[in-house]
Amino acid sequence: MRLTLKVWRQAGRSARGGFQEVVAEGVSPDSSFLEMLDGVNEKLEAEGREPIAFDHDCREGICGSCSLMINGHPHGPDDGVTTCQLHMRRYRDGDTIVIEPWRARAFPVIKDLIVDRSAFDRIIQVGGFVSVNTGSAQDANNLPIGKEVADLAMDTAACIGCGACVAACPNASAMLFVSAKAAHLGRLPQGQPERHARTRRMVAQMDTEGFGGCTNHGECEAACPKEIKMWNISFLNRDFLQASLSERSASQRAGDG
Amino acid sequence: MKLDAKIPGGPIETKWDRHRFDMKLVNPANKRKFSVIVVGTGLAGASAAASMAELGYQVSAFCFQDSPRRAHSIAAQGGINAAKNYQNDGDSIWRLFYDTVKGGDYRAREANVYRLAQSSVQIIDQCVAQGVPFAREYGGLLANRSFGGAQVSRTFYARGQTGQQLLLGAYQALARQIGLGRVTMHPRTEMLDLVVIDGQARGIVVRDLVSGEIRSHAADVVVLATGGYSNIFYLSTNAKGCNVTAIWRAHRRGAGFANPCFTQIHPTCIPVAGEHQSKLTLMSESLRNDGRIWVPKKAGDSRPADQIPDAERDYYLERRYPAFGNLVPRDVASRAAKERCDSGFGVGPTKLGVFLDFRDAIKRLSEPVVADRYGNLFQMYEQITGENPYKVPMRIFPAPHYTMGGLWVDYNLMSTIPGLHVLGEANFSDHGANRLGASALMQGLADGYFVIPYTIGHYLASTPIPKVDTGHAEFKRVEAEANARNRSLLAIKGKRTVDSFHRELGRLMWDNVGMSRNRADLEKTLARVPELREEFWKNVAVEGSADDLNQSLEKAGRVADFFEFGELITRDALERAESCGGHFREEFQTEDGEARRDDENFCHSTVWEWQGPGKAPVQHREPLSFEYVKPSQRSYK
Ligand SMILES: Cc1cc2nc3c(=O)[nH]c(=O)nc-3n(C[C@H](O)[C@H](O)[C@H](O)COP(=O)(O)OP(=O)(O)OC[C@H]3O[C@@H](n4cnc5c(N)ncnc54)[C@H](O)[C@@H]3O)c2cc1C
Ligand code: FES
Repeated sequence: MRLTLKVWRQAGRSARGGFQEVVAEGVSPDSSFLEMLDGVNEKLEAEGREPIAFDHDCREGICGSCSLMINGHPHGPDDGVTTCQLHMRRYRDGDTIVIEPWRARAFPVIKDLIVDRSAFDRIIQVGGFVSVNTGSAQDANNLPIGKEVADLAMDTAACIGCGACVAACPNASAMLFVSAKAAHLGRLPQGQPERHARTRRMVAQMDTEGFGGCTNHGECEAACPKEIKMWNISFLNRDFLQASLSERSASQRAGDG
Repeated sequence: MKLDAKIPGGPIETKWDRHRFDMKLVNPANKRKFSVIVVGTGLAGASAAASMAELGYQVSAFCFQDSPRRAHSIAAQGGINAAKNYQNDGDSIWRLFYDTVKGGDYRAREANVYRLAQSSVQIIDQCVAQGVPFAREYGGLLANRSFGGAQVSRTFYARGQTGQQLLLGAYQALARQIGLGRVTMHPRTEMLDLVVIDGQARGIVVRDLVSGEIRSHAADVVVLATGGYSNIFYLSTNAKGCNVTAIWRAHRRGAGFANPCFTQIHPTCIPVAGEHQSKLTLMSESLRNDGRIWVPKKAGDSRPADQIPDAERDYYLERRYPAFGNLVPRDVASRAAKERCDSGFGVGPTKLGVFLDFRDAIKRLSEPVVADRYGNLFQMYEQITGENPYKVPMRIFPAPHYTMGGLWVDYNLMSTIPGLHVLGEANFSDHGANRLGASALMQGLADGYFVIPYTIGHYLASTPIPKVDTGHAEFKRVEAEANARNRSLLAIKGKRTVDSFHRELGRLMWDNVGMSRNRADLEKTLARVPELREEFWKNVAVEGSADDLNQSLEKAGRVADFFEFGELITRDALERAESCGGHFREEFQTEDGEARRDDENFCHSTVWEWQGPGKAPVQHREPLSFEYVKPSQRSYK
């Protein structure tokens, strides 16, 4: 196949970026999207030009490294698939493909198609965990957890932290990402003691990082390669409300004393 | 180089308990005065960094990805073993120990393996407490499956994403410590070298992968948990960034490298589709629980699978190994597939493939049940190949997957360089010549959560460690070396890309130091690798600058190290004139083509000592003794 790529090139964080047109020739329909880019890069390098920078690692849809807005869709046109799993048989000879980085205030471009997603790590650092030190756990089967609950927790724990939800959202909101962690831990008994504090802290950090608010567009759910559902956002909102109420009453009690 | 494994005395069941009591402790108030560098945030590194920070040490952690959550451990699918015996099917610490020693073909250290089996029990407790959503039964208790040929159900799993869930558990524990200010995290940072001062590991030289800056970090002790080196084969199931650089550089600074030729070729991967291929995708071994492996009985038969009647199919694993059938260990299954393909019975466009067929399972269990068990894997397969495995059998072929070899460590997980500790896949540790399925996750977490937090304290409490900082001349010297190396890679301005060299090296290694090896090919390879390396240093094209994010330069540095390391793997494979586990030497096989071990001459770990560029390394041996599990010929018939 022969494809025309319009690729976003940007030399660095503060540099001005722009589209560069590159032709990809002899693309095998069996290759993945990233293998197609590998081929383009090899050609650029052989010509003494700088290759296109993009994040990737596992190439099996699980590490969350790869990103890319492909013709305006995060991770390309298919549902439930990351860019590294997208295959070129999805395209036709002669197609033009526009490739851009994730765009969001909280995800600044580092170079070409690579963005800085460390805001997600900082959200987890303020509360996305169960505070349990190594060595202090009881026997695992002392805590039965219904299969349905465990399965629901697993559905959201499957988030790969890629940031497609943010890239898809017109407000660049991180609500789907945050709600996935809140719902994973908030549904399990282990997560109860810190449930409210966790939700409060993660939401506050999300705001600090400059992510936008959620206005129910639903683009995040459509873009999520792990098909995490929007109703987790309602779960988060309910939790957040309760957390705010309990915080208020706690501070009132403290005032009483 | 002196190899003292420091195995504690006494009966094997009490060694670890006794040792924990005998080891010195660091006073709680003093812990924060000690600094620890942890390179790698996979299961081994993240669990170690979090646990040591919880104890109060000052930890700095490093990874080359943009987040610690993306370490390659995330990709593990099938599960993690633990001797919980929740299924009441006869499992025990003793049995897990026995299976691991036997599965490793009697080339692992008994005392370490026993400790691993002991720790396995605590790992599950710890992970559940963190909120890892393991699969459960309707009654709410944990579910198990049998995995990789084990005859008990001791594998815990979280759908087909066990590694992801375990890593997220460890990552969250690490994130908590980062948030509390007890761990300083350095993502997008690559270790380029180890700094040894007065015989002790005292720090590392790294490259900031965003700014390109080379800088140093000093500490009282260094821990490497940088994963395996399967990517020397170019095509493997590992993530693209997996590399040998950290442990290779440590080897060059004096750390012994043990059993580099012990590599594991996984039997169930999606076959290579063409030249463009950049990596191979594993199809979880659990598929062998229900799928049946076969090839046509007639060589070159190119009829579609559904037109080949049962009588004309060769279910060769069931035929050769009636007792274990499709569930024989990985090394056995891989070699059997290679044998069929080499003899002309392979299937698919390249004829390098065998069928993994779910027709009978679907008939027996129904399609929804099969979908419930393997749905995500079937979907992944279809995405990659464009074929629907519910309708046509999967095609699979073996691929490089795991490396049992690594830096030599003693019972305390310390390398031959005092202060340098090595965890997880990066050390040579517990799997001998072959790793059993679901045991790498167990080992990484045992090392990180339950071994290193104790043994590091002992080292710190019992060793005088003078103050040094990164202003020390040795740091400056190593920084200058790292800088010079990058500049020379950029200055070559040759004609061939890094990938093209990597592909050629990988092909050479796969053909000659892969699934089966022989003297003539190994000797040829030992001569060829240095030639290719020389060409690399003359003709590689690395664009861009050293003072910027430069992925070509990153790759070039890693491939340059693979070129040096390739010689060591080959030499080790040549030296080990026996077949054992994943190391199959064609000269040493039984009449029916099974591996023939030579316990008289090779019941040892081979440990290599670097002598300088272009010089042959010196060989040392750690003899292995088996007091509890008596070596026998592994038989799966
Ligand atoms: C596809 C696949 C499936 C698997 N499935 C299973 C399974 O079901 N069960 C099982 O038990 N095992 C499985 N394994 C094996 C297992 O996943 C690995 O052996 C294990 O996760 C390795 O963990 P680790 O912590 O040692 O290293 P890794 O997880 O590989 O982590 C390495 C870390 O080191 C860092 N690093 C490396 N080099 C450098 C450097 N130079 N500078 C800075 N940082 C560096 C990386 O950034 C990363 O953080 C599987 C492996 C693969 C490939
Ligand atoms: S590269 Fe890991 S998810 Fe795409």
